Amino acid sequence: MARVATQEDEVMSEDTAGEWVTVAARSALKPGDVLGVQVKDKEIAVFDLDGTLYATDNQCTHAFAYLSDGWLDGDVIECPLHGGRFEVKTGKGLGPPIPCDIKTYPVRVSGGDIQIKLDG
Amino acid sequence: MSAAAGDRHIVIVGAGHAGGRAAEALRAAGYKGPVTLVGEERHPPYERPPLSKELLAGIMPIEKIYLRPQETYAELGIDLKLGARVAEIERREQRLRFAEGGSIPYDALLLTAGARARRLPIPGGEGPRVLYLRDVEDALRLRASLEPGMHLAVIGAGFIGLEVAATARKRGVAVTVLELAPHVLARVVPPELGDFVAALHRRNGVDLRTGVAVTAIEEAGDKVALRLQSGETVSADSVAIGVGAVPNCELAAAAGLAVDDGVMVDEFGRSSDSAIFGAGDVTRHFNPIVGRAIRLEAWQNAQNQGIAVAKVMAGSAEPCAEVPWFWTDQYDMNLQTAGAPAAWDRLIWRGAPSDPGFTVFYLADGKPVAATTVNNARDMRFARMMIARGKPVDPAALADKAVKLQDLAR
Repeated sequence: MARVATQEDEVMSEDTAGEWVTVAARSALKPGDVLGVQVKDKEIAVFDLDGTLYATDNQCTHAFAYLSDGWLDGDVIECPLHGGRFEVKTGKGLGPPIPCDIKTYPVRVSGGDIQIKLDG
Repeated sequence: MSAAAGDRHIVIVGAGHAGGRAAEALRAAGYKGPVTLVGEERHPPYERPPLSKELLAGIMPIEKIYLRPQETYAELGIDLKLGARVAEIERREQRLRFAEGGSIPYDALLLTAGARARRLPIPGGEGPRVLYLRDVEDALRLRASLEPGMHLAVIGAGFIGLEVAATARKRGVAVTVLELAPHVLARVVPPELGDFVAALHRRNGVDLRTGVAVTAIEEAGDKVALRLQSGETVSADSVAIGVGAVPNCELAAAAGLAVDDGVMVDEFGRSSDSAIFGAGDVTRHFNPIVGRAIRLEAWQNAQNQGIAVAKVMAGSAEPCAEVPWFWTDQYDMNLQTAGAPAAWDRLIWRGAPSDPGFTVFYLADGKPVAATTVNNARDMRFARMMIARGKPVDPAALADKAVKLQDLAR
């Protein structure tokens, strides 16, 4: 897509695959918990697994439900609607009824904030 | 892994949800022998819940409800025979005979023939404007009756009837629901919850009447007239009937298998013939958690009993033991219920009907035997754990939303 370069683009020019977006305060997420956030038009789930953060798509690939409303069992998130399960670290769907995996996203902590990088 | 299973030919009769999941589970369990999956419908295995919702509303393509794209079965080495009707199980020969002629041998047979819509035995119950809902073709036929401004009469206020009513209202169709019992969803939830759901429908403009018996359906020009026992008449453009399901166990019965409102199987899916297994809606199966043989018409049982019994056929020794679990989506309400209690003596409300979401626990002798969540699916996981565990819980803690269910389920 043709765009006019701005100063902000220059600042972010090292991150060619997208930009880091602040989605929540780090303090909003406790170990063993999951947080649903919206980044632009995307629904993202952020997980704290023993202090390490992970981010995936928040919507189950089987039916319309948010994984952030589900149950985090170790490093597996279980969908609240029909019990489909995904590996948080890889996004891998763990058997029926899941038809396909969910995407994962880079996540970092910067200045007390949780930041996520979507695709470019 | 069952090396001993070798080249046994496993045939699955019924290519619905249970049969489809069973076929792929055989492969997932490492079974490498030949598998044939036989179904009467022209569609590959699919999930039925969208038939009364997204598919009926016309907002989901048919392919989206398939468990897998049709070509996947060939990739998995599963011989998918669609549009094929089995006429007879010849147990002595271990052969299936097809209605169209021809036969195939089996070494092990899995019956996943499902259920069919129960017919309403009243005059006019089979008329051209009377529609039942069980498969994709039924849903497409019914969809044609859901044009804005039309009037649909629904007989039966169970999951199917009420889901059809909700979908019809969303499409701008006038809806009258007629239920014989005094409360809606009477087979699934207690009257208090049924009344909550009934109020939801009335708020959405449904003319919902309970305690009403329909005695006949008559053609009246391009409309139908429903005669009620009270002497009243309800006029509509068409009628949708949802009054339960009947298991397709005639093949099994004719073959001399133990059948009692369902093909009788144990918790491993084994029938009275050691070469024949069963899973899904067609079975009446022993459930170790509930402690008795039950027949379920449910997505969860189709999927998970299908998988569990396939694993047994591939050499596993794990029984199928799950808390029965059902759900329904109507308007913006997601209602889930777990358990199959014969009785309970106390209801504990965690939250109130006026809350955005709430949960109701059913206690028997202080133990949770069932639970229903309304827009509160997050509680369901822990409710099912508590029901499975079968230990008494403190009712006051259960009712207190400040107490985490997770802690009570430990």
